Amino acid sequence: MIRDITIGQYYPAKSILHRLDPRVKIVCTLLFLISLFLNKNVISYALATVFLFCVIKLSKVPFKFIMKGLKPIIMILMITVVLNLFLTSGGDVLFQVWKLKVTEEGLRTAVYMAIRLIYLIMGSSLMTFTTTPNALTDGIEKLLHPLNKIKVPVHEIAMMMSIALRFIPILLEETDKIMKAQIARGADLESGNILQKAKSMIPILVPLFVSAFRRANDLAMAMESRCYRGGDGRTKMKPLVYGSSDRIAYAVTWGYLIAVFLIGRFVAVKLWIF
Amino acid sequence: MSIKLENINYIYSPDTAYQKHALKNVSLEIEQGQFVGIIGHTGSGKSTLIQHLNGLIKATSGALYFEGKNIYEDGYDMKQLRNQVGLVFQYPEHQLFEVDVMSDVCFGPKNQGLSKEECEQRAREALNLVGFPEKYYKQSPFDLSGGQKRRAAIAGVLAMHPKVLVLDEPTAGLDPRGRDEILDQIAHLHKETEMTVILVSHSMEDVAKYVDRLIVMNKGEKMYDGAPKEVFTHYKELEKVGLAAPQVTYIMHALSESGLPVNTDDTTIMEAADEIMRNLKHD
Amino acid sequence: MEMIQTKDLIFEYAKHDEEGNIIGKNRAIDKANIDVEPGSFIAILGHNGSGKSTLAKHMNAILVPSEGTMWVNGKDTKDPDELWNVRQSAGMVFQNPDNQIIGTVVEEDVGFGPENLGVPTDDIWKRVEDSLKAVGMIEYRSHSPNKLSGGQKQRVAIAGVIAMHPKCIVLDEPTAMLDPNGRKEVLRTVEELRKKEKVTVLLITHYMEEVIDADKVYVMDSGQVVMEGTPREIFSDVETLKKYRLDVPQVTMLADELRRRGLPIAKGILRTEELVEALCQLN
Repeated sequence: MIRDITIGQYYPAKSILHRLDPRVKIVCTLLFLISLFLNKNVISYALATVFLFCVIKLSKVPFKFIMKGLKPIIMILMITVVLNLFLTSGGDVLFQVWKLKVTEEGLRTAVYMAIRLIYLIMGSSLMTFTTTPNALTDGIEKLLHPLNKIKVPVHEIAMMMSIALRFIPILLEETDKIMKAQIARGADLESGNILQKAKSMIPILVPLFVSAFRRANDLAMAMESRCYRGGDGRTKMKPLVYGSSDRIAYAVTWGYLIAVFLIGRFVAVKLWIF
Repeated sequence: MSIKLENINYIYSPDTAYQKHALKNVSLEIEQGQFVGIIGHTGSGKSTLIQHLNGLIKATSGALYFEGKNIYEDGYDMKQLRNQVGLVFQYPEHQLFEVDVMSDVCFGPKNQGLSKEECEQRAREALNLVGFPEKYYKQSPFDLSGGQKRRAAIAGVLAMHPKVLVLDEPTAGLDPRGRDEILDQIAHLHKETEMTVILVSHSMEDVAKYVDRLIVMNKGEKMYDGAPKEVFTHYKELEKVGLAAPQVTYIMHALSESGLPVNTDDTTIMEAADEIMRNLKHD
Repeated sequence: MEMIQTKDLIFEYAKHDEEGNIIGKNRAIDKANIDVEPGSFIAILGHNGSGKSTLAKHMNAILVPSEGTMWVNGKDTKDPDELWNVRQSAGMVFQNPDNQIIGTVVEEDVGFGPENLGVPTDDIWKRVEDSLKAVGMIEYRSHSPNKLSGGQKQRVAIAGVIAMHPKCIVLDEPTAMLDPNGRKEVLRTVEELRKKEKVTVLLITHYMEEVIDADKVYVMDSGQVVMEGTPREIFSDVETLKKYRLDVPQVTMLADELRRRGLPIAKGILRTEELVEALCQLN
């Protein structure tokens, strides 16, 4: 089950997107997310769609794979759509189910909200699909570097993130093993009320914590023995340097964001109610 | 009274990129009271196989009968099955969690619904069987040495009074004496209680010394199934799939090739010593 | 100058009661003296808890002696100014392959040490490539370590150490958690490094078969060095080794059993060929 979640995974491929500087991908993803909330009419949504699908095409990540990432949010999506559909009022009433009215405004908000959410997930998962976790943390470290001046331990935070990313799959596997072992000893993890269920987690959580601490201890020792002493004086195997494709990517994304903004501001097109 | 597997197939994560056919048409029967060894290199399907025995993994297809009843039939009591087939995972000490050894060993019996007194009595019995010293009963399991932790964890399964005990590499990571002690205790247990013991091992020397029957797994299939001596005559084939015979087998083959007409079937030190002595005396 | 040398090394750690007060001291290492010549292959044997891992941690200045001295490449490990020199000259490979790989991609992990040393970027790439080639893992450079086998992970860990250009590699039970194939893989890698790169190797283990090629073997028990000699000398004394919870290789054991039964066979036979030869001469 856990294996089915694709959000946050890396999809190895050789594409322009994979080669971009992680900083570019982080900043451009943010710009794209902002653009989604600037979208006001059908033309800007069309533009966002074209932009997103061109980028997906460039990434060489199969479309099916990206769609799979949407699975876990289907429930949230449905709830948002239904709530918006029935609870937003404004404009003419389109139709009525029992006491619930669907208005023009309601339908519009529901559809726009759904598209925003879907694009938001697709856009951000595209970033993680095309960027190795390490590159991502490197990117964050470099982007947040100015915060060092106000004593934020940026290098340490980045190192912690990358270690967490490395150990999450190991700990998931370990959880699975411990659960199986306790089930084999007759542990009942399913029945009972919330309190009983919480109590039945103790035989799993205690060994898991013990193991996590043991691993942390081992890892700290391994890092020290390999001369790790924090970020000072460290060189990088893969230093981040902007290339021409990075600059082009920035330009394209900024251009797109400005276009979305201008369309929202000055173009008044209406297709039925949208 | 037996465990019987009929054409068991198991496919991991079907229809995904990680799909893997972990067991292919495995059929076998284990009679009550046997001491069975399972060998195979990592990824051969032996761990998957033993997790089928107490229903932790459900076969994709095939049938598994425990004492004549198909465990995949609707309404089969899996909990009851898990009480009868005790499974000791690799590094079982990683599952200890209670405040003291006694309570930890009582966890299994408690889940079976036994009274506190019964649980403790069973725990004492089980700890005694694995040679766990009484002075540590009230110690935190996390303060014990590696070997003692391992004993406490095995006792935790024994206290459930299983009819079948499955052990996945019970000696991994132990030093030579610790290894011998644990295996001797398991062999003793098998003799005393007439329990079925299924031992998964990487050590050819250990299986040669202890088990009556040896099952070799390779790429999810049963490759050999027979007495250890018989299986180890195929040592060339075993090598091809990344396994080997006990060192003694190689010594005996080397001797026979150098002109000493010894029987090459022997797999343990004592047998080999007997055979060599017999041969040298005849001359 | 010796690569590693200790003089009456003592390591004690304080025992605490539940309130955290010191109630006594535990002596983990008790006046250990060892000498490791540059380029040699040294093995340290000992059961779990004999102090061998604690001693290993001193070689990397993860621990420093309570009394006595340890020199690594002529540098006193207690000297804080030499700390990074010591750690760079004696690289460590630990037991658990999962808990010592830091990077999420193989090559990035190997680059971790050189990055910490402040090696220029181009040079890091060269070192990473050379080290991965030396352990035969170059084709896995862009893989995730999670998908590798135990033996492969240990080889990556070894590459990570070599990339720091150490003079000596200390392997602390590198094979304890591996299957037989993984074990062979790692030992073969170490042997090649020893021959090609001429690094000093210090192997800590409780697998007797792994040390027969060593130049010198130390046996530890309750923190003391109790035996010292060539593998042949050490394995001549089966009884004493058993007393220290250790074992001898199967060939040695068989030879010993035959000698006990009256055959005139020399002590300390380590290899199959030697035993075959000895027996053929009797025939």
